[in-house]
Amino acid sequence: MNNLSDRKIVIAIIFLVVGFIFLIRLFNVQVINDKYKFDSDQNVLREVIQYPARGLIYDRNGVLLVYNEAAYDLMVIPRQVKEMDTLAFCELIGMKYEDFITKFNKAKNYSRYKPSVFEKEISSKSYAKIQEKLFEYPGFYAQTRTLRKYPRESAAHILGYIGEVDQNLIDKNPYYRSGDYIGKSGIELSYEELLRGKRGVKRVLVDVHNREKGSYLDGEMDTMAVTGKTIYLTIDAILQEYGEQLMQNKRGSIVAIEPATGEILALVSAPAYNPNLLVGRDVKKNYPVLSSDKLKPLFNRALMASYPPGSTFKTVQALIGMQDGVITENTGFPCIKSNVGCHDHPTATNVESSIKMSCNPYYFSVYRKILLQNKSTSLFKDSEIGLAKWSKQVKKFGLGVDLGTDLPAIKKGFIPDVAFYDKWYGKGRWAFSTIYSLSIGQGEIGVVPLQMANLSAILANRGYYYTPHVLKRIEKVDTIPSIFKIKHDVGIDKIYFNPIVEGMQKVVEEAGGTARRAKIDSIQVCGKTGTAQNPHGEDHSIFIAFAPKVNPKIAIAVYVENAGFGGTWAAPIASLMMEKYLTGAIKDTVKENRILDANLMDVIPKEGQ
Amino acid sequence: MRNQKSIFANIDNVTVILYVILVFIGWISIYAAVYNEEHQSIFDISERYGMQLLWIAAAFVIAIVILMFDGQFFPTFAYPIFVALLLTLIGVLLFGAEVKGSKSWFKIGSFALQPSEFGKFATALALAKYLSGFNIKMQDMKTKVIASIIIGIPAVLILLQNDTGSTLVYASFVFVLYREGLSGNILLLGLYTAFLFVISLLMRINDFTFFGTVLSGDQLLIIILALIAALVAYITKRAKRFWMIVVAAFVFSAGLIYSVDYIFENVLEPHQSKRINVLLGIESDPKGAGYNVNQSLIAIGSGGFAGKGFMEGTQTKFDFVPEQSTDFIFCTIGEEWGFLGSFVLICLYIGLFLRIIYLAERQRSIFSRIYGYAVASILFFHFLINIGMAIGLAPVIGIPLPFISYGGSSLWSFTILLFIFIKLDAERINVLR
Repeated sequence: MNNLSDRKIVIAIIFLVVGFIFLIRLFNVQVINDKYKFDSDQNVLREVIQYPARGLIYDRNGVLLVYNEAAYDLMVIPRQVKEMDTLAFCELIGMKYEDFITKFNKAKNYSRYKPSVFEKEISSKSYAKIQEKLFEYPGFYAQTRTLRKYPRESAAHILGYIGEVDQNLIDKNPYYRSGDYIGKSGIELSYEELLRGKRGVKRVLVDVHNREKGSYLDGEMDTMAVTGKTIYLTIDAILQEYGEQLMQNKRGSIVAIEPATGEILALVSAPAYNPNLLVGRDVKKNYPVLSSDKLKPLFNRALMASYPPGSTFKTVQALIGMQDGVITENTGFPCIKSNVGCHDHPTATNVESSIKMSCNPYYFSVYRKILLQNKSTSLFKDSEIGLAKWSKQVKKFGLGVDLGTDLPAIKKGFIPDVAFYDKWYGKGRWAFSTIYSLSIGQGEIGVVPLQMANLSAILANRGYYYTPHVLKRIEKVDTIPSIFKIKHDVGIDKIYFNPIVEGMQKVVEEAGGTARRAKIDSIQVCGKTGTAQNPHGEDHSIFIAFAPKVNPKIAIAVYVENAGFGGTWAAPIASLMMEKYLTGAIKDTVKENRILDANLMDVIPKEGQ
Repeated sequence: MRNQKSIFANIDNVTVILYVILVFIGWISIYAAVYNEEHQSIFDISERYGMQLLWIAAAFVIAIVILMFDGQFFPTFAYPIFVALLLTLIGVLLFGAEVKGSKSWFKIGSFALQPSEFGKFATALALAKYLSGFNIKMQDMKTKVIASIIIGIPAVLILLQNDTGSTLVYASFVFVLYREGLSGNILLLGLYTAFLFVISLLMRINDFTFFGTVLSGDQLLIIILALIAALVAYITKRAKRFWMIVVAAFVFSAGLIYSVDYIFENVLEPHQSKRINVLLGIESDPKGAGYNVNQSLIAIGSGGFAGKGFMEGTQTKFDFVPEQSTDFIFCTIGEEWGFLGSFVLICLYIGLFLRIIYLAERQRSIFSRIYGYAVASILFFHFLINIGMAIGLAPVIGIPLPFISYGGSSLWSFTILLFIFIKLDAERINVLR
């Protein structure tokens, strides 16, 4: 038996060896190897992104323009998906089985661990039904998103729309992640950072069934979502809507500015579209329709359509002439129709009457004096020196330059300069006689309606402007960017504005003025008509104006495409807008109805010629 | 009843204390594993920790009752107890309820009992009784056969219940037989067989090409063995007897290798083959057969050196680990108490096993010694498989961790198993031989 009792040692050693092997293995798994700690976090930690509500947008009087509506994105984490009744699930979320497979594989290819969007923007109503059953499908969960809603269905071009970020931007800007929304145009784009707020991340613990079990480290590492800022626009919703109404069945734009501040009161581009069309899932359906529409409803004419300013530009020419000292307010020129065509009118004996009657030959003469100031004996050289100086001065009016407004995608327009004509005709091969069309705002010159409205603000202010803008106030910040508080002087002495303003008043109020239709009985209106020559069709009707004459509250520019002479259509529209804004009501309903009833849509007669 | 003054006289305090500590660790682990905020009372019997508290209380009563028996009761009634057990096992096959694929439960109302758990101590008693009999020598073929029958009958009955895990436990009696004189070669042969089995499984998944000849893994393995055999035979060529052994060993090995396929595909259930494949890294199936082990390793591994703290184990608390209060209870300990906790637990178990061997060796009664070894072997085998499975060293076989896993039947059976031995040890002085 003695040698058998040695076997207790063997058995004890076996026990000890097993215990030792276990300890080595445990030391390896628990202390040395980090893989399991990572896997453990993968198991239980889920980042729930807290999407902040996007900021609300109000008009200048506190009228709500944009708010948010809840919607739900169905998310999936493929790794957590267990075997499930796929058909029942498809039925629940209203998806075809094939789509389910495609989407699921796509999510799996993206990442097995990271969540991806499975079905976008489920309405709150549909979600209520899905929510009850969702716990049966581990790996799937809902994430709250918000959709924009536009209760007043107007101002689409100003507000713009939001859409999903594209990969390009995700690569450039680390803030954005796939599926995020971003402003694509209008205010949504220019104040994206204010409106979007800040995304928050909540780390929650989930169990094997993907049910939330509490916060990780008591929320120490969570970041709170910061709601987007509410902003107030300078837009007057009532005026904006009225403008849109007036412009129905017309093409063109209206821009109204408060001269003392540069605040844009209304910015209408016609034809417009209902902003609710470009929300959420509907974008895919509606965007192609809108963008292929021949009438270009997505095109914001007020900022992007460049037209010659026509006769409205005579105000600028007269001011430059007086500032340069080549004319005085009492300079008269005969109406020599052989220089440039004109209508029949009494001779303009001073600046004031030249504006009132809009005499073309008068400005032919003014412009010749501006360009040819005998700085050189060569006519060509003299024209060059004159144009260089003139071009620089015109740009001070905010024409042909980027105004720096807070609406994106604005065009600069174009004020011809020496380099342009040197390239066009060759150096020394052009002179005043080549480019005299500019004298009456025709030819190679182009400005956008917002710049024209700004011009009328300059005239209303008698010599300066504030950059036109639409942001009035940011909630809890109460300041606007300082660039909108900088007074831009156009470099024309105030005194020279008097004859212009007097002339503009007579345009509207005196017999023989070109825009009698713009008269408002109770208010002194100053205006100037214009007609932009259009090589592609009927001329465009232009009118710029401000009112009242003393201490003006509104400056406006109206373009009606293919509507002919400025006094016919643009002037009455401008007057209705001003009356509406200043008095709140329209007295002359005949004038109002004439505009409302007018359909100038099908007047594109000369196209293709 | 010679020690009527106190039933606690002469009992081995070390073993009892180790037992109580392990039971306590088991209970708090179950509490941590299934705790949820809605049911905070520890006595809530709708939750497992509440139930386990009842089982523990009952187990203590059972332990005391066993200590009140006369020590001679157990050798005397070893066979009747064994027969009663066999009848119960047959009964459960006929009338039992099926739980998770195993027909091994008696259900009386909501109360379920698993007779196979109690087979262990009954078999241990019977085996001890037989081997301690007069003029019984382990070297005799008759002894080997009868001992095998005593172990084999309950094992087969339990296998018929489809409870593979509990059946395998009966293999642990080989330690007892070894201690009582079974040739050590049997142990080595078992080890060698297991080794060949694993090597063969690993090799048969590949084909090997030598000089343009394609050999399967099995064929290559046999060629290698043949070369080794030839080498050994050459070295020992003068000893004719050795030469015979080498040839016999080679034939045995070759037969084994070719039977691996058969065993793997026909004897084992598909899920069992799969578990073995996953364990050996032949198959990777982290969502299926490998899921349990993978999640178990994640839970244990994430515990780190010092653990996440009591009730802070996210993996077990949030149900990522399956069977976390029964077969995978070790995960809760590993996750919440870390390497330190695991270390302490393993030391407690090894300490208990060695203590039992020490106690067994000091018995004057052969019956008591054999029974003691049976206790140590059974507990060790459970420990080996259960923790080995949780840390990915053993295939997934569902057997409980003694004293710790949730469940009345297993706690009671281990308590009975251990306390019979404690009682026998307490009365060792009264026994002459």
